[in-house]
Amino acid sequence: MTKKRPFANIFLAIIFIILYAPIFYLIFYSFNSGGTMSGFDGFTLDWYKELFQDTRLLIIVLNTLVIALLSALISTIIGVLGAIAIRSFKRKQQNTLLSFNNVLIVSPDVIIGASFLILFTIAGFRLGFYSVLLSHIAFSIPIVVLMVLPKLSEMSPTLIDAAKDLGASNWNVLTKVILPYITPGIFAGFFMALTYSLDDFAVTFFVTGNGFSTLSVEIYSLARQGISLNINALSSLLFLATILLVIVYYYVTKRSGTRGVNFRK
Amino acid sequence: MNNKLSRNLYMIPYAIWILLFVIAPILLVVYYSFIDTQGNFSFVNYEKFFSSVYLKMTLSSFWYAFLITLISLIIAYPTAYLLTKTKHKQLWLLLIIVPSWINLLLKAYAFIGIFGTYGVANSFLEVVGIGTQQLLFTDFSFIFVSVYIFIPFMILPIFNALDNVNPTLLDAANDLGASKWTTFRRVIFPITLDGVKSGIQITFIPALSLFMLTRLIAGNRVITLGTAIEQHFLVTQDWGMGATIAVFLIIAMFIIMFITGHRKRGA
Repeated sequence: MTKKRPFANIFLAIIFIILYAPIFYLIFYSFNSGGTMSGFDGFTLDWYKELFQDTRLLIIVLNTLVIALLSALISTIIGVLGAIAIRSFKRKQQNTLLSFNNVLIVSPDVIIGASFLILFTIAGFRLGFYSVLLSHIAFSIPIVVLMVLPKLSEMSPTLIDAAKDLGASNWNVLTKVILPYITPGIFAGFFMALTYSLDDFAVTFFVTGNGFSTLSVEIYSLARQGISLNINALSSLLFLATILLVIVYYYVTKRSGTRGVNFRK
Repeated sequence: MNNKLSRNLYMIPYAIWILLFVIAPILLVVYYSFIDTQGNFSFVNYEKFFSSVYLKMTLSSFWYAFLITLISLIIAYPTAYLLTKTKHKQLWLLLIIVPSWINLLLKAYAFIGIFGTYGVANSFLEVVGIGTQQLLFTDFSFIFVSVYIFIPFMILPIFNALDNVNPTLLDAANDLGASKWTTFRRVIFPITLDGVKSGIQITFIPALSLFMLTRLIAGNRVITLGTAIEQHFLVTQDWGMGATIAVFLIIAMFIIMFITGHRKRGA
């Protein structure tokens, strides 16, 4: 149908180069002994060494991971149960619940951050680890629900009826029938929640308070001070980690047959 | 019935979440928009918002968001189209999406280096013969970096829409004597309009509210609604005014979602 046009390939190549250039630019200069992001003086691994000796930064990385794993876990539990509950409502009520569900997905980060800041302050909640954790759980729940719901609607209701007729308790129905069936959706939801949490800057920035910081917030404050090649070294490592995560996610979704890759606005 | 009981049990944490983190925050933002700096109830924030300073800021924020969305669309549509023509299109799509998984701050930081006085962009301009320019902290760099960040998000829904176009429709158009351009204008584009709309939605609203880019790349030269909200909440501590701007951002969001809303949910 369409002939091979060199123009098309050149256009795509340019797009790919532009998309990846900044990332490789960062990684390239992480090996620069010169200390700036211009003029490559010589190869060095000093920035990586410095990175691994920076205990403060390592603690922040650890914090970020703990927040991401915990928030993904908790939001997955609440989201999965919520999705199961939503399915059992009537169509009209389902739509109402889904509109509420989607509010946090479409809201700009600044609004989520600002409104959560008001919420925590009014409730007298101290800003820090727990406020960040709660916020991350809060904005991850709706995406888990959205990932699980399609799997639930795929499931035939006769399966549950059959299990009940055979004498299964509610708990058995949940753990032996529903959960195994929707496992791929649960995994997809968990991974999305994980990446949402790892990626988030704006919401965390609002609710983080003084003593506590995550990686995004730390990068922001470092970048505001100018260039330091520690960040470059850090970004190469993060790039590697991201690639690994993408590969894992790719296989999980491929196995589950979830179409396409979803991501954050 | 016991069925209902278990449903309600599952519902409890989710319902608490809706109450605490969906409904309460919105109400609080609206409430705070009526509170002045002294903590009294007043409309002073709304009066301020309709003064020329804030209206100008809102307009310019919309203008920038419009430019960013338009340029992203102009680049993303042909890219998505060409991607659907490639052999391993899912793999290529994944490669387009990977950069969007890299932390946003790191990408912004990369551009601080690239657009810096001695960065590659300027070396390139030097070679071409234009000479070194001030690139960082300009409107150009702000728009460039924003477009860079939003392109993958624009490509994905358009790609999905294009991928769903039934090829027999194109054959039919061809058989009926439509030129390539007519086929595109009358067949392909209308079918993929929903994808374009979700792309616009996904780009325009964040473009109104991004504040880290204006700080890092535009050096406070560009003030978006998001920057203003951040400024009021975290710098000047005038939460009332920040909440008022947030209310208008929420209204803008609903308007955009209404305009770009799907008539029917495809695929």
